Amino acid sequence: MVSSAAASEEPVKAAKVLMVGAGGIGCELLKTLALSGFRDIHLIDLDTIEVSNLNRQFLFRQCHVGQSKAHVARDAVLKFRPNINISSYHANVKDAQFNVEFFKQFNVVLNGLDNLDARRHVNRLCLAAEVPLVESGTTGFLGQVTVHVKGKTECYECQPKPVPKSYPVCTITSTPSKFVHCIVWAKDLLFAKLFGNKNQDNDLNTHSSENGTSKSNVFERNTDEDLDQYARRIYDHVFGYNIESALENEETWKNRRRPNPVYIRDALHEEDSRQNGSSHDCSNKQVEPSAMVSLGLRNPQEICNLADNSRVFLEALKLFFEKREKEIGNLIFDKDDQLAVEFVTAAANIRASSFGIPLHSIFEAKGVAGNIVHAVATTNAIIAGLIVIEAIKVLQGDYKKYRMTYCLEHPSRKMLLMPVEPFEPNKSCYVCSETPLLLEVNTKTTKLREVIDKIIKSKLGMNLPLVMIGHTLVFEDGEGLEEDEAANYALNLEKVLAELPAPVINGTKLTVEDFQQELSCSINIKHREEFDEENEPDGMVLSGWSAPVEKQGASNGDNQSVASSSGAHDTDGNLEDISTKPVMKRKLDEILESKENFDASSNAQVVDDDDDDDIVMLDEDPNLSKKKRLQ
Amino acid sequence: MGGGGGGVPEELLTAQETALYDRQIRVWGVDAQKRLSKAHVLVCGVNGATIELCKNIVLAGVGSLSLMDDHVVTEDDLNANFLIPPDESIYSGRSRAEVCCESLKDFNPMVRVSVEKGDPSLIDEEFLDKFDIIVLSRTSMKTKLFVNDNCRKSSKHIAFYAIECKGSCGEIFVDLQNHSYVQKHAGEPEPKELTYHSLQEAISVPWKNLPRKTAKLYFAMRVLENYELSQGRSACETSLSDLPAVLALRKNMCDEMSLNESQIPTALLERLVAAGKKEHPPVCAILGGILGQEVIKSISGKGDPIKNFFYFDDTDGKGVMEDIPGPSTN
Repeated sequence: MVSSAAASEEPVKAAKVLMVGAGGIGCELLKTLALSGFRDIHLIDLDTIEVSNLNRQFLFRQCHVGQSKAHVARDAVLKFRPNINISSYHANVKDAQFNVEFFKQFNVVLNGLDNLDARRHVNRLCLAAEVPLVESGTTGFLGQVTVHVKGKTECYECQPKPVPKSYPVCTITSTPSKFVHCIVWAKDLLFAKLFGNKNQDNDLNTHSSENGTSKSNVFERNTDEDLDQYARRIYDHVFGYNIESALENEETWKNRRRPNPVYIRDALHEEDSRQNGSSHDCSNKQVEPSAMVSLGLRNPQEICNLADNSRVFLEALKLFFEKREKEIGNLIFDKDDQLAVEFVTAAANIRASSFGIPLHSIFEAKGVAGNIVHAVATTNAIIAGLIVIEAIKVLQGDYKKYRMTYCLEHPSRKMLLMPVEPFEPNKSCYVCSETPLLLEVNTKTTKLREVIDKIIKSKLGMNLPLVMIGHTLVFEDGEGLEEDEAANYALNLEKVLAELPAPVINGTKLTVEDFQQELSCSINIKHREEFDEENEPDGMVLSGWSAPVEKQGASNGDNQSVASSSGAHDTDGNLEDISTKPVMKRKLDEILESKENFDASSNAQVVDDDDDDDIVMLDEDPNLSKKKRLQ
Repeated sequence: MGGGGGGVPEELLTAQETALYDRQIRVWGVDAQKRLSKAHVLVCGVNGATIELCKNIVLAGVGSLSLMDDHVVTEDDLNANFLIPPDESIYSGRSRAEVCCESLKDFNPMVRVSVEKGDPSLIDEEFLDKFDIIVLSRTSMKTKLFVNDNCRKSSKHIAFYAIECKGSCGEIFVDLQNHSYVQKHAGEPEPKELTYHSLQEAISVPWKNLPRKTAKLYFAMRVLENYELSQGRSACETSLSDLPAVLALRKNMCDEMSLNESQIPTALLERLVAAGKKEHPPVCAILGGILGQEVIKSISGKGDPIKNFFYFDDTDGKGVMEDIPGPSTN
């Protein structure tokens, strides 16, 4: 029996590999691939380097902050393997240039991505190009590597993946009960209203009563209005007046704790509220403005009281106008924008204090607001090693040896690294098999645009969809459209389904395609009049596909799974919240249940290659027969 | 370094540390990060697996890292070591420790990385006391036993690790003596304590006392160690031509220890013997990652450490822990 290292040499030397992602996993992976003898590597990453990357993305240095990850990674690896070929692309893998033809040139694709959207996209391209895909993800001490080969194993989407948790609008605007609700309010409503695009829809103030002045005036600073006065006015409006208005609606508070309105005069002593000297400290002109620094609050781990949070709120608001006025009206919340994080934290904390929700430090709040995933170098290194091992197996084509490998924090049956055989493809997977879907929707009131945004692009993950009803093309997205075509589609978007050029009514079948992903789906329409606002907030229900499991909150509080417009943008191709419950049972699905990115119904067998052939069935579920092992 | 060590002063992390370590502080907390910054680590033996470890702990922010390996860099060293630039004008005539130390410094300016000249078989207790963590690799079993013994003799709590990557297999040994730490249980921190066996004890247990499903690599590595010792070879100095003699030794040892020879498959021994000094880079990454986590756990006093061996073999892809007892099991 020859060592795997020796047997792999020829296929490895000749292989052409695509890596998607040059971040936490990507840096480790590129290094290990290069050391392992790979000579032709292509690498795509759209990101630039940030300071917080440097604790694990070791190919990058402080001097590289702001530069392209893909290019810098390439240069760093060429330093110790100067004679190999690395082609780097500072681009989005969803760009048109990375079409099926592009993917076809590779022997294997290796993902080190950080978001579900891109992973689904790559999955579809690999299926279309018939190129094996090795997927991976890490969060803290946990990680996994999975192999996907068309026709032989499940594709990446055969098992449902959790989507980011979203919250009903009323919870955010009126009845928060968790800190994360306050963060979402502070970030997506208040921050957006004050500093973001004024033309965007905003649910802030939904329940404030009309008082003669139009809503937008309240938040705008009047010409020559004293900044200090403006800041306090805003404070009193959102934390005082708005709460009082909300309290007027008795129904809402029948079974809920009533919030306390907070006014600046109560939160701060009169003398304090007049202090504003520090914000005019001219010697700090070059340094990034920070309310906490101005106020002498040095410890990001400290949980500040209402008074200090109020001071930060006012100071941060003023600093935006004093130092960053040009950006106001265009700002989007960025977790690396210190002042924005300070403002959002303060606002969330003040709101939390109104509603009796525990306050959080800026460190914790930033994690929630920025969907930050905790990450360390060691897990990425382990996962990268496992990816290369699988990649080599794929190149050798011995599919019986392919494994899904899980890196556990708490050992199961003595194993910290647990390999499991892949499953056969899911016959009901709409991505790799051809299952029609069912959409229940009110065809008389729902516009085409809503179906495309909420279902086709969002749930089905199509990037540039095309929608046909019979032979009629009602919508197309992409470049190269004629002016009149585009105008026609724009019109169609605003029509309700029943009034489209080819009417969509009960029983109609839609054909939806994405050419780039080479994915085609049928959706059967069922008309339904009513939808439940709480449980069916989209106003339509898609079934017949593997419905994703919504992530629950972490056992360590609200630190993960935040909603909002930014989607699940997390680092290191994470697994999202993993509780640290010790493993108490032997079943794989229960072991993995604590990892929200896994399908809890996965009934896997651990393959034990001992002489005594001890293959352990971890789950006696009769459904096991439906999921066949890879033969 | 035990987790129950003296109180950590209440100084804040610097702004630089907070920014750089943000993502990992979210994993193990500020206290653990502070402890890391005060820890001193010695790594003897620079190779593919240990440089992975070094990368990991430098990135994590240990106080200092000292490298000991006087061997002059050769072309073979470039195979699994990304810290050595493939430029003879840079590495020629210099020790592995020296060249790698230079590269490692770049990874984290807050960590003091330095070279310790010398031979691990000669280091005395006074020298060892400078460190909280010792890692040995590619030294003879005799040296490992000697150093482990000295770690245990010290009044200071010094954690001892040994790591070997042979081809696409690997072994890690852990000795934390008496280790107090905290493990989160249902969200709440729970104090725990473990008592480890010395290396001498861990390799002296009669084989027939071990459970049947004990990792085969445990036995295989002991056979190889004995072979190297009996032949006066330095660590990993074997090749395929040694196989017949190794198999003969296997027979002797198994007879002596009442173990069925099939528990140490010929195929496995063949791979190990043929590997010699070669290391498969993905396996180095895995072993270096696992050991990195162990070092961090031990310094921070957080999380269940491995007790007391870890094995990886890319043939089956399992990363397995074995709790090997000492010789006197009642």
